[in-house]
Amino acid sequence: MELSAGTITRVNGPLVEVAGGCDLRVAELVTVGSRQLAGEVLSLAGESATVQVYEETSGLRPREAVLATGRPLSAELGPGLLGGVFDGMLRRLQDAGPWLEPGALRGALDPERRWRFTPSVRPGEQVEPGAVLGTVPETDAITYRALVPHELAGTIETIADEGEVTVGETIATVAGHEITLAHTWPVRRPRPAAGRLSSGRPLITGQRVVDLLFPLCQGSTAGVPGGFGTGKTLLLQQIAKWCDADVIVYVGCGERGNELAELLEDFAAIEDPRSGQRLMDRTVTIVNTSNMPLLAREASIYTGVTVAEHYRDMGYDAVVIADSTSRWAEALRESAARTEELPAEEGYPPELSSTLAAFYERAGRFQTLAGAQASVTILGAVSPPGGDLAEPVTAHTRRFVRAVWSLDRQLAYARHHPAISWTDSSSRDAESLAAFKAAEGDDGWAQRRREALQLLMDADRIESIAQLTGVESLPSPERVALICARLLREGVLQQSALSLNDRYCAPAKQAALLALVLDINRALLASANGGTAIERIEALDLSDVARVRDECPADDVDAVTRLGAEIQSRIARPR
Amino acid sequence: MTAARMPGEEHRDEPVQPEPQPIEYSSTASIRGPLIVIEGVQDIGWNEVAEIRLVDGEVRHGVVLDVSLDHAIVEVLEGTAGMRLNGVRTAFGGGPMSVPITEEWLGRVCDGRGEPLDGGPPILGSHRREINGTPINPAVRIPPSEPIITGVSAIDGLATLVRGQKLPIFSVGGLPHLELAAQIAVQANVAGEPFAVVFAALGVTHADAASLRDTLETRAGERETVMFINTADDPVVERLMTPRLALTVAEHLAFECDRHVLVLLADMTNYAEALRQVSAARGEVPTRRGYPGYLYSDLASLFERAGRMRGRRGSVTLVPVLTMPAGDITHPVPDLTGYITEGQLVLAADLHARGVYPPLDLMGSLSRLMRRGAGEQLTREDHLELSDQLYSLMARALQAAELAEIVGADALPAADQGLLAFRAALEREFLSQGQQEARTVEATLDLGWQVASRLPASALTMVSRQTLAARYRGGEPDAEHGHVG
Repeated sequence: MELSAGTITRVNGPLVEVAGGCDLRVAELVTVGSRQLAGEVLSLAGESATVQVYEETSGLRPREAVLATGRPLSAELGPGLLGGVFDGMLRRLQDAGPWLEPGALRGALDPERRWRFTPSVRPGEQVEPGAVLGTVPETDAITYRALVPHELAGTIETIADEGEVTVGETIATVAGHEITLAHTWPVRRPRPAAGRLSSGRPLITGQRVVDLLFPLCQGSTAGVPGGFGTGKTLLLQQIAKWCDADVIVYVGCGERGNELAELLEDFAAIEDPRSGQRLMDRTVTIVNTSNMPLLAREASIYTGVTVAEHYRDMGYDAVVIADSTSRWAEALRESAARTEELPAEEGYPPELSSTLAAFYERAGRFQTLAGAQASVTILGAVSPPGGDLAEPVTAHTRRFVRAVWSLDRQLAYARHHPAISWTDSSSRDAESLAAFKAAEGDDGWAQRRREALQLLMDADRIESIAQLTGVESLPSPERVALICARLLREGVLQQSALSLNDRYCAPAKQAALLALVLDINRALLASANGGTAIERIEALDLSDVARVRDECPADDVDAVTRLGAEIQSRIARPR
Repeated sequence: MTAARMPGEEHRDEPVQPEPQPIEYSSTASIRGPLIVIEGVQDIGWNEVAEIRLVDGEVRHGVVLDVSLDHAIVEVLEGTAGMRLNGVRTAFGGGPMSVPITEEWLGRVCDGRGEPLDGGPPILGSHRREINGTPINPAVRIPPSEPIITGVSAIDGLATLVRGQKLPIFSVGGLPHLELAAQIAVQANVAGEPFAVVFAALGVTHADAASLRDTLETRAGERETVMFINTADDPVVERLMTPRLALTVAEHLAFECDRHVLVLLADMTNYAEALRQVSAARGEVPTRRGYPGYLYSDLASLFERAGRMRGRRGSVTLVPVLTMPAGDITHPVPDLTGYITEGQLVLAADLHARGVYPPLDLMGSLSRLMRRGAGEQLTREDHLELSDQLYSLMARALQAAELAEIVGADALPAADQGLLAFRAALEREFLSQGQQEARTVEATLDLGWQVASRLPASALTMVSRQTLAARYRGGEPDAEHGHVG
């Protein structure tokens, strides 16, 4: 497959000029030099080509050879991705050496490994694009489905018997084409589906502030802006661990190595509360830490979403978590600067906003080619420099996503985690989810959300007045609002990632906790309006409300309800 | 001690060979800024080092920035002042910048390029390694989970440094951050396991350099330190190499010689300014405050060299020291550093003004890995509970202090006055210590309890009853009811 394309005539950092490259295409993948570094063709002029190399080019010399591959930057897709750790170009890291020498990494899949294949079709059957040819138990959690490629339809001429196959072996012949378990896909090109569907199903994250106040549908998009130390990564890791998707693609894009090591250790150790399988079994981890080559970092986002689309095509709901899109945008800026493109805002290239928009558009709930319903949800962290929320990546991301979970430094400093701000965050999915919840039998969902947000805003306003005048001068209802907003913050919105009971919270317990606080709010207001002295109300010990989230299991609604009844009776007869 | 892994085993180390007479090129075509263009070159690689010999015999150093079939553009590290087109002879070194890989570095004091300043012999080894480093495969990293004890209460007690962590010190000009860095360098230890300190001074004054050398002297005598000193008047381009050199040596000592290595880099703001200066000279597009767009990636290429690896006993822990220009934590250097590192230690001018050393601002400081690196079996079983409690009390004490500024301390409720007294005691008894005073973890934690015990036991709500019974030293160990304030 690899054809000689020419020799190097110039090396300038990651940019390499190649002579004799007339057969190359723009965006084609090439291997450069004696160490076979991966590169991508940027431009062609006469007999020469400019190539951007994805790896460290130290020591690369003119006159070394450049080989063509005949295809654009592509990911190798097939069974064996789940549970794996890959770099930004989807090259396997687990069995690579301790140090990532340039040119050391190769493919995504283990070519030797044998998979148990079960055919789903018989010779002579007619198949359409996307039809399932057979299945492989990829992990205990996920069955891999080998599909008819999207441009192919016709008669099954041969199909492998039940038995063991490697990713490179032919499993079927359809209309004269041999099909293997694995195939490659150009990562910058969205994989085709039959059509887009509107989505009303929630993505349950198990994180109360998200699910109750700023919820997300499956197939939706969310941006998570937050300065350093506000807990972006921790929040996204919690969602990676506990959300109810089938497949998680975690893209650590230009972030810390130690953090990822910790995450991988957790994935291997923690069980999925629904399936009882290891979280690792449903997770693909793509890691391009901040010190790994910059251009592979740019590719990592696309690689991640391509892998998610691959599982979507099999009928699964997949979530892509990109941490952080700002580092990806910086890689974009860097490569634009090298090619001397005219910069727009803050040195970013003018295509930043259209590129971001197109990336988030790869999310959605789809009808697959085979007719199933499946989704890709994209969650992107944003790391605004200096916490400046007006900078280009943050500002543009806000325009393109359905939900914004904005992390607040003041909350983080006060050790309020997750530090999602209730004033700067939003969700455009809340309405359709309210309809979904109502159809499921919970028609109070939207009302509780409104009340909770109102209480938080009221308390913020009252607190700013109290700072000037002192709490004593406030009327009783406002002092009740302060008490209840604190209960809401401490008992519902705060959630401990370390606590076994609290790290994941089932929807029923979430609803019960919120109802608990709102009911207390109503009862206290009634009591204050009925003439009970505010000092007596403030003297009530409500500390159990802040503790119950942590003291009973993730799905223990009864404990919450019992506490509610007990507190209501105490409010009715204050000591 | 012999190396657990030999040079060349995993890295593309070059064996040191008797040098063949390198080809010298005298065909210098142009000189502009720090760049010279040499024509007619053969077989030169990108990023290769060069030695440039001037007419009067002076030798300067350079790296290849751009190379094509017939010419190479070389950046001269010492600058091109005084150079002419004729008579300049350039020889290329056959590869990128490299250092000898050997344990002989221990006990030595060198300049920013690794040449001895201590009067000793040059450092030689059997192999050389490129200083830019190779990324650690993230799949072989293991999460940091054991402490380094610095002997400084504020750090050990409340923001524990963990082996493999990167924890910067954010300071402002005029505060004793170099003194603190030196104190950490002298005192740090890992419970008797093999240890080493690599100190890279970047753009420091000669006076500071001399005092650092003095402070580290004893430890150097025990062959546990390496110092690289790039002073403020050394070439700025050299400043970009010094931390890479230090980290390459540190990686060897850690991952091939099984030592726990603590690397201190001070002052990283000088480093970032050197980077900005060189970037501007190359005509690159500037971004925030004139820094190049790759500042984040460049800092990460240094800081991410910290860590631990599966199957290795050693570790690299990094403490970069930086001064925030005008005390602004949103300045690109502290901001981008904060995005890469795992927490930060912030020094505060008001504490310094009140005579507190080290003037560590507790509320702004955080060690994100502390939860994994402290506690039972690692430091002491009550450590995390105590530190959570001290943080929480401190936060409330600061609120009380703000209120006191408006209404006066006398008008505060008794509980709040207790918190003010607690804060004063914490600063005086726990935070403050001498620059030569090394405290054990036991002593640090006991001091923490001594301060916390000034408050009634009922105020210590973050500590379990058990711990309270075992450690509380106040009058009434009464953990029965509710909370204060």
